[in-house]
Amino acid sequence: MSEIKTYRVSFLILIILLVACFFINISLGSVSISTSEIINSLFGFSDNYIIQNYRLPKAITAILVGSGLGVSGLLMQTLFRNPLAGPFVLGISSGASLGVAIVILGVGVFGGAFSTLLISKWSVVIAASLGSFLVLLSVLAVSTKVRDTMAILIIGLMFGSITAAVVSVLSYFSSAEQLQQYIFWGFGSLGNLSWSELFVFFCIYLLGLLMGIVSIKALNTLLLGENYAKSLGLNINKSRLVIIIATSLLAGTITAFAGPIAFIGLAIPHIVRQIFITSNHKILLPAIVLLGAIVMLICDSIAQLPTSDYTLPINAITSLIGAPVVIWLLVRKRKMMF
Amino acid sequence: MNNNSQHSILKTQDLTIGYKSKNSKTVVASDINIDLQAGELVGLVGANGIGKSTLLRTLTQVHDTLEGKIVLNDKDLSEIQPLELAKNLSLVLTEQIVSKNLTVFELVALGRQPYTNWIGNLSKYDTDIIENSLKQTNIIELKHRKCFELSDGQLQKVMIARALAQDTNVIILDEPTTHLDMYHKAYILKLLQKLVKETGKTILFSSHEIDLAIQLCDKMIVMTNGSVVSDMPCNLIQRGIFNELFPKDLIAFDEKTGSFRVNK
Repeated sequence: MSEIKTYRVSFLILIILLVACFFINISLGSVSISTSEIINSLFGFSDNYIIQNYRLPKAITAILVGSGLGVSGLLMQTLFRNPLAGPFVLGISSGASLGVAIVILGVGVFGGAFSTLLISKWSVVIAASLGSFLVLLSVLAVSTKVRDTMAILIIGLMFGSITAAVVSVLSYFSSAEQLQQYIFWGFGSLGNLSWSELFVFFCIYLLGLLMGIVSIKALNTLLLGENYAKSLGLNINKSRLVIIIATSLLAGTITAFAGPIAFIGLAIPHIVRQIFITSNHKILLPAIVLLGAIVMLICDSIAQLPTSDYTLPINAITSLIGAPVVIWLLVRKRKMMF
Repeated sequence: MNNNSQHSILKTQDLTIGYKSKNSKTVVASDINIDLQAGELVGLVGANGIGKSTLLRTLTQVHDTLEGKIVLNDKDLSEIQPLELAKNLSLVLTEQIVSKNLTVFELVALGRQPYTNWIGNLSKYDTDIIENSLKQTNIIELKHRKCFELSDGQLQKVMIARALAQDTNVIILDEPTTHLDMYHKAYILKLLQKLVKETGKTILFSSHEIDLAIQLCDKMIVMTNGSVVSDMPCNLIQRGIFNELFPKDLIAFDEKTGSFRVNK
């Protein structure tokens, strides 16, 4: 088709950029490793512990996080017809925060049974998943009763406020160390995911992404508005449900494994719309997958502060790098594409 | 009557329209019996708040009927599945579309949604129909323009082209002439008349342009307090129906010119 052809060059550039960023991301770090060593290790000719168990999982995590958040942001912006919507408008990240807060901060408040629970990686992941899952269930339960899509948006935001309030109460009663631990989780982290964790992450991510791809036609129809979409034979309630579940799977697992990563979900769809100047989801969705992964890899490379031993919080870097880019794009083009 | 030679497309039988809530019913109009044939341009007129939109929304299954039934192509409307309905009935609404960042072609192509596969790929046949609807509405040269670049009149033509591309035998338009200047009001209604003649579709539109509708429509539906009458415009004038449209203190219908005059 002709519309695809015009975008072929752009997609080719994005793919090359992705591969380049992937290699740069892997080659940078506190320990310098030679290029031949990296290539040999990537293709399994030699074993390099740092590459295979640290940098490679981290780079893959970055790709999954960036593309997943971008796609869920796109789904929410189209569903809610709102350029300010992001993957977390349904209260998913606040649900996850609540889960993690109860595990980390709740130790001090509840004591007893909780103190015996070790705050391991998995317990945080499970708490975050449970939290976001519970908030999602409440939003879904409400959304079957509420006909108006905008009402669901407000309800999601309200759930967010409630959980944020509970987290505040919990932190008021917590010790400084627990608070610090909680805040560190809030910074987000792409590292320290084992291969088995990554496998679970990938499976859920793939399911969410597939549901997103299945929704492409519905998303395009929704560009006309709900009444037109209905008149075109679209089952609004079903499509809405699929879109909400896809977002929750993507944003929920990402938050569980990498913490509440800000900005990417909101910004990537806008950047892609400005570059590709289209609202056609058949173009937007794959472009967002690619660009989301690229941006996340770049942010992670910067966060590692190459050649130093420090790693900056990824959450700060995504906003520091990304926000000016979005501002620059909007000012330069003068007109917002939506 | 020559009902046998004509084919009834959209028919209502003792239809009552209105709103239903848990405890109460609000009846807007009742005993509506209209019968639209293939190849007719039908204008729906009435004062503000008389229930034109409610009638259109009921005919398009946005609202449920309170009583009576609607028959579309010999089938009870309430038994037609949404996708099947989308292949028989297309709409042009008053509401703005959400995203104007689509090209005219992309927007018109969305009219093919009921026919396309799961991801919405267009076949050669689909593209032909889209091109054809662009030609029929005289907007082929706008094909690659973005919708936010268009004037209200152009956008209205695009929305009509989209409804055409949906390839249905009935098109319903809710006030297609609002926000347009006098020329474009006449242009759009004339275009609808041309489409009816060329395609044999049934087109129903609501409008406040009573004098234009009288000149162009094959049939008109007039909603007044208490009754809904449908007939040919000349018969309606003879029966003096238009005089009952509005309160008589300010304007009166002039049968000779077929338009309303302000009382001096």
